[in-house]
Amino acid sequence: MKRLVVSLCLLLGLAWAQDAFKVAVVMPSATNDLAFSESMYDSLLAIQEEMGADNFEFDYADGTFVVDDAAAAIRDWASQGYDLIIAHGSQYGAPLQEIAPDFPDVSFAWGTAGDTFGMDNVYAYEAASDQGGYVNGVIAATLSKSGIIGVVGPIEVGDAKLYVDGFKIGATATNPEVQVNVNYIGSFGDVALATEAANTHAEAGADVLTGSAQMVVGAIGVAKERGLLWLGTQASQTELAPEIVVANQVYDWTVILKPIIEQVKAGKLGGEAYVITLENGGLDMEINDNAGADAKAAAEAAISGIIDGSIAPLGE
Amino acid sequence: MQDFLDWTVVIGILSSGIRLATPYLYAAIGETFGQRSGVLNLGVDGIMLLAAFSSYFTVLTLGSPWLGLLVAILVGGLMGIAMGFISITLQAEQGISGIGVYLFGLGLSDLLFQKFVGTAKAISGFKEFPIPLLSKIPFFGDIFFSQSVLVYGAYLLIPLAWFILNKTTFGLNIRAVGENPEAADSLGVSVQKTRYLTLTLGGILAGIAGASLSIALLNVFQQNLTNGMGFIAVALVYFGGWRPFYVLLGSLIFSFVNALQVWMQVLGVPIPSDIAVMMPYVLTIVVLIFSAGRVRPPAALTKTYERGS
Repeated sequence: MKRLVVSLCLLLGLAWAQDAFKVAVVMPSATNDLAFSESMYDSLLAIQEEMGADNFEFDYADGTFVVDDAAAAIRDWASQGYDLIIAHGSQYGAPLQEIAPDFPDVSFAWGTAGDTFGMDNVYAYEAASDQGGYVNGVIAATLSKSGIIGVVGPIEVGDAKLYVDGFKIGATATNPEVQVNVNYIGSFGDVALATEAANTHAEAGADVLTGSAQMVVGAIGVAKERGLLWLGTQASQTELAPEIVVANQVYDWTVILKPIIEQVKAGKLGGEAYVITLENGGLDMEINDNAGADAKAAAEAAISGIIDGSIAPLGE
Repeated sequence: MQDFLDWTVVIGILSSGIRLATPYLYAAIGETFGQRSGVLNLGVDGIMLLAAFSSYFTVLTLGSPWLGLLVAILVGGLMGIAMGFISITLQAEQGISGIGVYLFGLGLSDLLFQKFVGTAKAISGFKEFPIPLLSKIPFFGDIFFSQSVLVYGAYLLIPLAWFILNKTTFGLNIRAVGENPEAADSLGVSVQKTRYLTLTLGGILAGIAGASLSIALLNVFQQNLTNGMGFIAVALVYFGGWRPFYVLLGSLIFSFVNALQVWMQVLGVPIPSDIAVMMPYVLTIVVLIFSAGRVRPPAALTKTYERGS
């Protein structure tokens, strides 16, 4: 009898759980990294708020910088009845390519990447971060007095590379005299080296800095300490140093998560690649008041130019 | 493009290298003491993380960097004792227990950070402290004497460590216990006590290494802040042949080349970033190859000791 009650409860629980759309996501850094992982976490929270906690549940494994751990989590989730499993990090591509075929009834999404591996249960998503990079470049060139701008990049791949390339073009298009010094530190997590790279930029004369990925927190600290301006990307970094952060390109993944969720509900499990852009609202430029009117106007002109196609952020 | 041999650049590379080497020096010298007494502690990185968080949190809430440093010393020392309890008293295999200590530190520091801080906040830690008169010396003043207190401490530690290891009874005991514990024991040197002391000291220094990051050089905490520096410190101990001055040499080579590649990229030297960031590691490996077999490790390294066995 007792066993029957327990089984009934379990069945009821399962039935209840099946009503909600269940998502699991693996992320390389903390959900409050002020960068890449935070952008996804915040987007999922926003969707949950919109759809209601009864209709949308999500689980996550953050700080999973070891790819093998991520692979284990993805495989576990795949066998546990999740509707959609998100591998938020281009480094998870290789394991996903092996795991996805084993679970043809489960939908997977991964990014930032443009490749679905030709599988019909894999979605890919990426950010046209060169667009916000260009706009930040315009702001930087408008605000720089020394004419030297420093960039602290992680590894020369993915949305970081796009951002930096767009940034350089935006800056030099605004002021051809401006010099953009770029440094890639070879890691997404080495805060110490990113900090030293920011010090180096400052000593080389830079008065405006930018950088991409979660290891920039130390670099923002250097900018704050030395009174240099900072331009952020991925998530809003203003709260870390409100006095010197002038603008942020903020990723809003809800724009692509919503259609993916709708498609999965309708039975289409993958096969498409999505991009967040300024035009579809997935990229949001947050320009703070300390940017001043000139930079703000220049930035807004650049945003409209990119949206209407008259400006190509990565050049012709 | 700025001239590469501009004085600003040379001073920049050298002072940057001096700063980058600081956490490695504390951690590697601490590890040297442990290994000379026969204990390999692979948990350095975890101890650094836990101390980095504790001192960061202290400064964030109480504001005093000195108090933060004290907390880092306490946390580091306790972790050293814990490593001692596992590997000396319980006689667990050293390599595995060190990894355990590392994972414990990595996990707990992140858990506490998420629980009590959440999002990274910048703090005001140890400031640069130019030494009066010395910092005015042209060239050298900027490089050596305009740094934070914890940077000076790291360099003063090297001769001190050399002195303790080679010129004191305690140092002799450490070396005896690391080379031939049976003989040391028969002469009345307590193997357990000596190893506990070196591990505690190593823990304290790893703690200061962590604090040098979170409350002096970076003034911020983030999950896995050390990014594996503790493991590089262990490698530097082997690199330096268990001798403080060679550990210093290894740390400086690694850090100067790292600073050099950062500057090369900033100055626009046309070199792919992937190649540039490899430079310090490649150079370290090359030096290791040529210096391999120069010194042999302490004979009792990684071996647990039990009287009469």
